[in-house]
Amino acid sequence: MSYSNTEIWIIIAVLAVCTYLIRFSFLGLIGDRAMPPLVMRLLRYTPVAVLPGMVAPLVLWPMATDGVFDPARAIAAFCALGGAYMGRNPLWGMVAGGIALYAGLFLTGQL
Amino acid sequence: MSSTTVKTAYWHGFRDGAPFILMAFPFALLFGVIGTESGLAVSQTIAFSMLVIAGAAQFAALQLMLEDAAIGFVVLGGVVVNLRMLMYSASLVPYIGAAPFWQRALIAYFNFDQTYVASISKYEAEPNLSVAARTAYFFGVASPIVPVWIGSSVVGALVGSAIPEEYGLDFIVPIMFLAMVGPLLKTLAHIAAAVTSVVVALLLVGLPSGTGLLVAALCAMVAGVVVETLQERSA
Repeated sequence: MSYSNTEIWIIIAVLAVCTYLIRFSFLGLIGDRAMPPLVMRLLRYTPVAVLPGMVAPLVLWPMATDGVFDPARAIAAFCALGGAYMGRNPLWGMVAGGIALYAGLFLTGQL
Repeated sequence: MSSTTVKTAYWHGFRDGAPFILMAFPFALLFGVIGTESGLAVSQTIAFSMLVIAGAAQFAALQLMLEDAAIGFVVLGGVVVNLRMLMYSASLVPYIGAAPFWQRALIAYFNFDQTYVASISKYEAEPNLSVAARTAYFFGVASPIVPVWIGSSVVGALVGSAIPEEYGLDFIVPIMFLAMVGPLLKTLAHIAAAVTSVVVALLLVGLPSGTGLLVAALCAMVAGVVVETLQERSA
């Protein structure tokens, strides 16, 4: 990370204001005016559209190994997704992924 | 509308919100630890949790910062993750649009996944609740979650600034993301969106940090809606 202090505060402030305005939007300003149904539909997919794309390169080319594929991290990723999916709860994914990660790092001598 | 009903609604909300502490605690704790480990000051890490108060967006912004993305893309990445809250905001209007302005302004601040999901289910299940009881319920749900969210971020930030680097912490963020995504894969359309996001992001990985992700997210949202529409037609 190579931002100045001011830059970091700017990021926090702008993200905070934008997030608040998103949450406030209809409730506070736009009121009863309905959004086009297509927009509502698109919005429903935002988390599932952003997070997998963000995570995929990190799984294949982890930052800590300078982009070299690491089976320990890949297996941990698989366990995290699988645990959360099967358990229908992020907590299960965190537990499964965390255990797999540290077991894998230990077994491959990275810990 | 008697004040007892409003009070009861608040405590019902409180009771329904309490279990979410189990999620808020580890998420915020980890955000605190990873935030300071990544180079944020303790005050910045805490401010992040207090002001943005949205787990996925905080982690998304942090990850893009670790990749040294341009400031605009860091913000945009976090904002896109939060766009779903436009939908939350819109769908609350029929139920609490008539509440006083200050209440709506405060509810907007507390309008995150858990409070929204709990409240909207309550409003749909009990259509006869007064507007005052509805807002009281919403504040009730938020009451146990928010202090834990902020408090454990503070603890995490202090702990993170004390422990040395290199404990495999780099990979905690991807694990958090995957853990958040798992339960979201409810329908074929959601799975299609996730797969599209992965494929496009990997194809565009050579572009400057953040740009490929935005394209991937847009493609994925469209893919989700297309699959949803096709399924409706064939049903």
